[in-house]
Amino acid sequence: MQTPYLLFTLLIISILAYFIGKMRSATVVEGALRELHSLPAYYGYYTALWGLIPGLFIILTWLSFEPAWLSYQTVAALPEEIQSLPSSKLNLQLNKIKNFAAGMQVAIQVDPIIAEAAERYNQLRKISRTTLTLVVLICSLAGIWLAHKKISKDYRARNVVEKIMTGLMILASTIAIFTTVGIVASVVFESLLFFRQVPFFDFLFGLEWSPQTALRADQIGSSGAFGAVPLFAGTLLISSIALIVAVPIGLMSAIYLSEFAGSKLRATAKPTLEILAGIPTVVYGFFAALTVAPFIRETGESWGWVVSSESALAAGLVMGIMIIPFVSSLSDDVINAVPQSLRDAAYALGATQAETIKQVILPAALPGIVGSILLAASRAIGETMIVVMAAGLAANLTANPLEAVTTVTVQIVTLLVGDQEFDSPKTLAAFALGLMLFVVTLALNVIALHIVRKYREQYE
Amino acid sequence: MNNRTDSLSTMEKVRKGIAKRRSAERRFRFYGLTGIVLGLVFVLILFISIIGKGYSAFQQTQIALDIEFLESVIDPDQTRDNKVISRADYNSLIRKSLSKAFPEVKGRRQIRDLNRMISTGAMFQLRDRVLEDPSVIGQSERIWLLASDDYDMLMKGHIDGTVPESERRLKDHQVAWVDQLLEQGRIKKRFNTFFFTSGDSRAPEMAGIRGALMGSMYTLFVTLVLSFPIGAATAVYLEEFAPTNKWTDLIEVNINNLAAVPSIVFGLLGLAMFINFFGLPRSAPLVGGLVLTLMTLPTIIIAGRAALKSVPPSIREAALGMGASKLQTVFHHVLPLALPGMLTGTIIGMAQALGETAPLLMIGMVAFIVDIPKGIFDSATVLPVQIYLWADSPERAFVERTSAAIMVLLAFLISMNAIAVFLRKRFERRW
Repeated sequence: MQTPYLLFTLLIISILAYFIGKMRSATVVEGALRELHSLPAYYGYYTALWGLIPGLFIILTWLSFEPAWLSYQTVAALPEEIQSLPSSKLNLQLNKIKNFAAGMQVAIQVDPIIAEAAERYNQLRKISRTTLTLVVLICSLAGIWLAHKKISKDYRARNVVEKIMTGLMILASTIAIFTTVGIVASVVFESLLFFRQVPFFDFLFGLEWSPQTALRADQIGSSGAFGAVPLFAGTLLISSIALIVAVPIGLMSAIYLSEFAGSKLRATAKPTLEILAGIPTVVYGFFAALTVAPFIRETGESWGWVVSSESALAAGLVMGIMIIPFVSSLSDDVINAVPQSLRDAAYALGATQAETIKQVILPAALPGIVGSILLAASRAIGETMIVVMAAGLAANLTANPLEAVTTVTVQIVTLLVGDQEFDSPKTLAAFALGLMLFVVTLALNVIALHIVRKYREQYE
Repeated sequence: MNNRTDSLSTMEKVRKGIAKRRSAERRFRFYGLTGIVLGLVFVLILFISIIGKGYSAFQQTQIALDIEFLESVIDPDQTRDNKVISRADYNSLIRKSLSKAFPEVKGRRQIRDLNRMISTGAMFQLRDRVLEDPSVIGQSERIWLLASDDYDMLMKGHIDGTVPESERRLKDHQVAWVDQLLEQGRIKKRFNTFFFTSGDSRAPEMAGIRGALMGSMYTLFVTLVLSFPIGAATAVYLEEFAPTNKWTDLIEVNINNLAAVPSIVFGLLGLAMFINFFGLPRSAPLVGGLVLTLMTLPTIIIAGRAALKSVPPSIREAALGMGASKLQTVFHHVLPLALPGMLTGTIIGMAQALGETAPLLMIGMVAFIVDIPKGIFDSATVLPVQIYLWADSPERAFVERTSAAIMVLLAFLISMNAIAVFLRKRFERRW
């Protein structure tokens, strides 16, 4: 049986089990429901859980070990000379077998050994799935039977069900930890492989980036240099432009909205500005590449400047627009958190509103504002689509915003999109860049959150 | 006396400074207002530029041709077998009809240009017409066929017929054909149904968003099915049951940090874990949904906790006082009251997931896929990735299609957010 159908069958069985358990509890006490320890529904849940959970567990474990077992069995049945191939070539053969087994046309003339192995693979798979179906159904039914037998007048079904529910909730809440562990494990593991081939300090301080490794020894322009400084510089350049755009606009609009604006303007302007945060980044990328970049180039050329069509300025400008709401809504929060008593005191001394803001409120809110700017910066550094669509691909170590630069995220995308082998330094470099990105944004966030929290405590 | 003059001079000073301070105040207000106005202007420019580029994609140029459905071409053996019919050479029918409509066109070059006037997809239009009603074979019928993208652009004014011939994609004789067709009323712009019913294509006039929309739907379905139960369970556990200890702290710190991890890093996780380690299929909505689940979980959990927090403790105390167990209290009384808030958070999380592109590039959802996906294991792409792919295409006609796809995406996002706002307004309770 196919997995979706199996899951569906399991679900139906469990629903039936609920009614079986519920009825059983009623028959055990001959209808005198008051004598039961728990409400009848709990006996139903109890039976249903016995039908569902063992089956689900078996399906999950089975399916995660099945591919490895299938590959092992298929390889073991292959002739000696194929088995003794180096592992990369063996994998290639195995992939051929799997593709052929899935019904894909691999080549016009198929090697009979492969065809035979593919048939064997399909057979093994079929056996595995049939066994799985049988095992799951038997376990489920056995579980239900066991639960059915256990139901008695004094059986504490509610307590057991509640314990299981709590366990499931705890399991769900640990997914956040597993995700972090998964992220760290996947980037660190691949990065370590990369740093075995390219020294760590060459990567961190090297000035040249050209990740195409040479296929032939005499090839030009394929030195395979992995110095990431141009990427860091490009990321920094574009993010700085973004912040130069976003911080003044975001901060000034936050100040105006929280201190000067009437409730009507506030009620319309704030959500309108927040639309900017909800627009998908791919839309900004399109806007940057097709509207802003040509505009900047034409303007620059009319003044006689040479402007690249993928200038850092266009990407940075649009990225700045994107992060305006991050700066403005966070700053708005911190400005509102400054106690009214400080404002009143300043007014009482005869200060104007602007003076109060400049000399009392902003200094008081400064840590929070810095925190919000750091959060916006981490957004800008990790932003991908705008730069993929509007910034350049070639590494270029420059501080001129009119030239094309590339960024860390652009390189991750270009290195990983499309077909790739998984052990070339080219692909692994993407994970090393991902590790850098993860570490930097994490650090920025931790610092920012720390500052904001510290500041909040000050006024609470 | 001395004192008095002193205070007078202070007053003088204040009075002198007042004009300056007032203008400083005005300047400051002006800066603030400029900030807001600039922000709003950006929103406006963005929408105007996209709608201005994209509205024309909802119409499409079609050309009416008198097609003779020759039996000798479609079904020479009179089998009326669908297989034979769908393999027939419909292009030759179109070519014949074109040469009949423009008998004056001579020369190989010119004839080739003429044949290119009709889209390469027009043969499928004819095929579908015949498959739908085989009795049309042997007869003649006037059919509206898709024009190819350059002519579409000319009709929409994106190619200017008045500039010198060398500076445009269509030559003078080609423009003249269009004028001739216009005179006869045989070329016009009609509503673009292809855009909503077909998958991706290399030919702009045949490219549609149906495949990407279905891909987005399957991906979001996986995301919703996984992230809502997990997110709700986590929120309930952390808010109602978790003891305050190191372990709970660790979970909370993790959730807050995950909310700020760049989306592309989740893509790396998906590639390394789900595809390379667990061997799940590349480009499948299943993997996309899994990655987006991990991304949206923090949003849903944080919103869910806020919703649970807003339920007053008196509800819990009342339930506990009546003898309900802790779990019964939460599931029978607290959760139903917090559900609208949780749903609002979930919808906002789904809207984020719908607009997400970068992590899906990593797990191979960028492939060129013509077929419309039929399940969560099929290769698929999603709407934002389709936008990215089209934005990269050089043809002028893809620009308007990209903008139109963006308009569809934004329409979905806006309606999702509107539902969230409505839910919040409708069920918001002040205790």
